[in-house]
Amino acid sequence: MAAIKTIAKQCGAGLVTGAVNGLFGGGGGMVVVPLLQACGRPPLVAHATAILIILPVCMASAVVYLFGGWFDAELFLAVGLGVLAGGAAGAKLLGAITPAAATLVFAAVMFAAGVRMML
Amino acid sequence: MRFLVYLCAGAAGGVLGGMGMGGGCVLIPILTVFCGVPQHLAQSVNLLTFLPMAAVSLCVHAKSGLLDARGVLWTAVPATLLSVACGLFVQGIPGGALRVGFGAFLCLLSLYQAVTGVKSLRGGREKGRGAAAG
Repeated sequence: MAAIKTIAKQCGAGLVTGAVNGLFGGGGGMVVVPLLQACGRPPLVAHATAILIILPVCMASAVVYLFGGWFDAELFLAVGLGVLAGGAAGAKLLGAITPAAATLVFAAVMFAAGVRMML
Repeated sequence: MRFLVYLCAGAAGGVLGGMGMGGGCVLIPILTVFCGVPQHLAQSVNLLTFLPMAAVSLCVHAKSGLLDARGVLWTAVPATLLSVACGLFVQGIPGGALRVGFGAFLCLLSLYQAVTGVKSLRGGREKGRGAAAG
């Protein structure tokens, strides 16, 4: 049955996304976008719809971390303001550079950070 | 001083997040590697600071008609449940081990990004925005 297969695919995508987001406190969006595309959504729609999924996921896992006692008001305020300002700038920058080049630079930076964290 | 450093870290993550690439995947390593924030706390602050950003961009996307909510619950419900379970599990994991796991996850993700980046460079006119988001 095609319908059941689609639902299974969507649930599978959700399980992978939830696991990543709960374990690493982020990264769920990076995982769910390609998965949504694999479920048949065009790239831009997948990007937008991903947030619809990630929002409740982040809210729920944030509560778990808060109950675990992981909160620092100064850190939250400083990073929060930075993210908002940076986010607005990033959205404007989006048209200025080619996506593929940005993706490659981004991949290189992430790889370096990943290796550094494992050492 | 501490405040300013955190502000800059947030801005760096925010720029990438705003461009549709995983902001948290940059924010968390910056906070832990350069600012000495414990891994769990960095993950917690990433989740919290993502919420207002996500709410704003959701409104923007809804207005431009990019949301396709059909069947979204089939993904969102299992994702939310498992994220709570994994979040609880991680509370008992030492910060050092979690950090190593996060590093490995970043490496895997970056390899995947590199492959899609090269593919879209080769594809030339393909206007898809790579494969990354929030």
